[in-house]
Amino acid sequence: MISIKGVTKRFPGVLANDHISLEVREGEIHAIVGENGAGKSTLMKILYGLYQPDEGSIELRGHPVRIDGPARAVALGIGMVHQHFMLIPRFTVLENIILGHETARFGVIDRRASEQRVKELAGQYGFAIDPKAMVATLSVGQQQRVEILKVLYRGADLLILDEPTAVLAPQEVTELFANLRLLAAGGKTIIFIGHKLDEVMEIADRVTVLRRGQVVGTMAAGETSREGLAEMMVGRPVLFRIQKNPCHPGAPLLSLDDVTVAGVGGTARGHGRGHGVGGSQGPAWRTRIARAAVDGLSLQVNGGEIYGIAGVEGNGQTELVEGIFNLQPVTSGRVMVLGKDVTNRPTAQIRAGGIAYIPEDRHRRGLVLPMSIWENLILGSHRRREFVRRALLDRDRILGHATKLREQYDIRLADMDAPVLALSGGNQQKVIVARELAQSPQVVIASQPTRGLDVGAAEFVRQRLLEMRDAGRAVLLISADLEEVLSLSDRVGVMFRGKIVAEFPAEEATPQLLGPYMLGGAAPAEMEIPLADARGEGGEARV
Amino acid sequence: MDAEMLASALRMSTPVLLAALAGLWSERSGVVNIGLEGMMIIGSFWGAYGSYAYGPFWGLLFGMVAGLLLAAIHAVATVKYKVDHVVSGVALNILALGLTRFLCIKIFNQATASEHTRAFATLNIPLLDHIGFLKPLVTKVSPVIILALVLVPLSSLVLNRTVFGLRLRSVGENPLAADTLGVNVFLMKYAGVLISGALAGLAGMFLSVEHTGMYVEGMTQGKGYIGLAAMIFGNWNPAGALGASLLFGFAEAISIRAVSSVIPYQFIKMIPYALTLAVLAGVVRRAVTPAADGVAYERGGE
Repeated sequence: MISIKGVTKRFPGVLANDHISLEVREGEIHAIVGENGAGKSTLMKILYGLYQPDEGSIELRGHPVRIDGPARAVALGIGMVHQHFMLIPRFTVLENIILGHETARFGVIDRRASEQRVKELAGQYGFAIDPKAMVATLSVGQQQRVEILKVLYRGADLLILDEPTAVLAPQEVTELFANLRLLAAGGKTIIFIGHKLDEVMEIADRVTVLRRGQVVGTMAAGETSREGLAEMMVGRPVLFRIQKNPCHPGAPLLSLDDVTVAGVGGTARGHGRGHGVGGSQGPAWRTRIARAAVDGLSLQVNGGEIYGIAGVEGNGQTELVEGIFNLQPVTSGRVMVLGKDVTNRPTAQIRAGGIAYIPEDRHRRGLVLPMSIWENLILGSHRRREFVRRALLDRDRILGHATKLREQYDIRLADMDAPVLALSGGNQQKVIVARELAQSPQVVIASQPTRGLDVGAAEFVRQRLLEMRDAGRAVLLISADLEEVLSLSDRVGVMFRGKIVAEFPAEEATPQLLGPYMLGGAAPAEMEIPLADARGEGGEARV
Repeated sequence: MDAEMLASALRMSTPVLLAALAGLWSERSGVVNIGLEGMMIIGSFWGAYGSYAYGPFWGLLFGMVAGLLLAAIHAVATVKYKVDHVVSGVALNILALGLTRFLCIKIFNQATASEHTRAFATLNIPLLDHIGFLKPLVTKVSPVIILALVLVPLSSLVLNRTVFGLRLRSVGENPLAADTLGVNVFLMKYAGVLISGALAGLAGMFLSVEHTGMYVEGMTQGKGYIGLAAMIFGNWNPAGALGASLLFGFAEAISIRAVSSVIPYQFIKMIPYALTLAVLAGVVRRAVTPAADGVAYERGGE
């Protein structure tokens, strides 16, 4: 179907793709795996015409092709389903699908004909979707189907899916895989980019592993194992089970008592002017939901334990965390840290009470990107006496402190004075983790602490969180990565529509058990759950 | 309240409505146009000149083209050079003020007013003009008022039903998505801003040629800003903009007619502006701005 021959792409200082050659066969599902920075995205962008290769060639069905832009890629039958959906929330499904490829008479869109075509296409591949629905009201899984339909509508035979499962709940993954198999059976060729090896093993016919811009190997999925792939990816054997000491829970350090955060508008405003470009911040779309984002939630985290919150993103996790820190007002209920009521206290005062915050969005909440690394390392503790001399910041002492953190947390940087935006994502995250944990907090709230990090950096951050736990601190972990929640936590709560709908000890929790609760009830996977009706189901399961 | 009053309200609404439509076209494509006021000023001057020199039709053309040209500066600044939209718009407002005074001295030999201009022949609405109590509303109507009213459903239709409208709106909502689907983001933004300029020019031309019969410095009296408020109040929809403009026009009609021995006259004059403030403070919280409004789009910046 498509052959990539010796494709090389250089960026200043980086060899992103180093003579990559691989062949994708007609009608197969071909997975491409690799760590962050292995060159997967670059390669896909070349296939989709967003980048031009410096060397090498691409052949489509035996003919050499030059893909000089996305429009050319589309014309050649190549379609891309982006990891961050390229959808317009305020448009209908139909409008999103036809945009750029409209059927029109005298410039006026022929809605009936377009709708007919979309319905046929959806029916053909078993996508249940209403063309007239507004995208903002759809679940993430449904939005992804819209993205796939967009690509099919443009007549793609080769679909590139960039980490399509990253945003999905386990049941939605199952549905997606069923859709993908149907597409492959219908003659479509699929390139599946991923890093969750279980999923890759499940869906792919063949797998290509990339490491540092080179192809390590291509093999049939049946001929390899998860461990084998991981070793190829990282270049050394990888431990999948995190070594954990037994848990010795102490006194409750963080308790949330019937907390409600209205949330509507809060995030949306922040994402509005200035942040909305690309529309990639999913939760910003959920502005029309009238219900409170956090709806009478109660939980307790004890010293010496990690409490993990599992759940599909957009179920109030962001608002919960921001409510705890009074970045959004708590409309009712109480937030207690170390036995003291800190509900809606000034954020600085809450933090001074011994609670640290690793925010989910490190660019928006975690760092001041244009400021230097040392400045970012003391943000929030800049008022501490040891950093101040005669009302000015004491640069020497701060630099000493920063250098210590840099060694301790293995932050790789060239220059302390460089802006923090010059660092890689993994090192930026280490700056935040170092800053937050350096205050020796009693309670740590870690929201998506390893998002976007590669295997090595993620492992590092997880180890730090475990250290905090072993030192008797309380850790509240919120993560969209279910595997992370399950492997780190001592107790797991499932959050759905602003409530903890079920709670399990870590030993009992499995993806199969949690999945239905994440989707709002113990409904079987195949069932389409209408959003309005699922509300509050599963409430009985509260432990 | 009588039909005379309504007719006055309608006349007062027209420049606000045109300004609101102008703002809407620009903002639906993602460009904030606070330069509406300047485009109206320039439109009012050139409209007056065109009409004075060649007749009202040419006045209309001159006014619209002048607004469009000023908008072209805004478009190049914001779309091509990514200048902050508010900064560019405010700069244009200042430029328009200075430019019209300069041109006024050059052309009319006086700083703040033009000669009298020729207006369009007014129309009587057929059939309706025989109904007695409607008479003030449907007789001697400026064709520009009718044009403005026609532009409301027309804008709606083009924005919501045509390929052009869909693409323009998509660019105001999520330019990156639009770009990946092959929509020419920059072209759409230029189109939005240029249409905006032409409509703002028309609004200015209405003020000088149709409403006053001459250009007078300061005659826009902040109607460009009120138009923006009407656009927001109307939730970026043409029909909403019409409703909001009528409300503002009505407030202005009252402020002209209300005579009171108790309330000082200055306070009555304040009504439309106070209303603008109240509306912006109260309603805007519920308004839904185009998601990428005021944000520069850069290619390849994922």
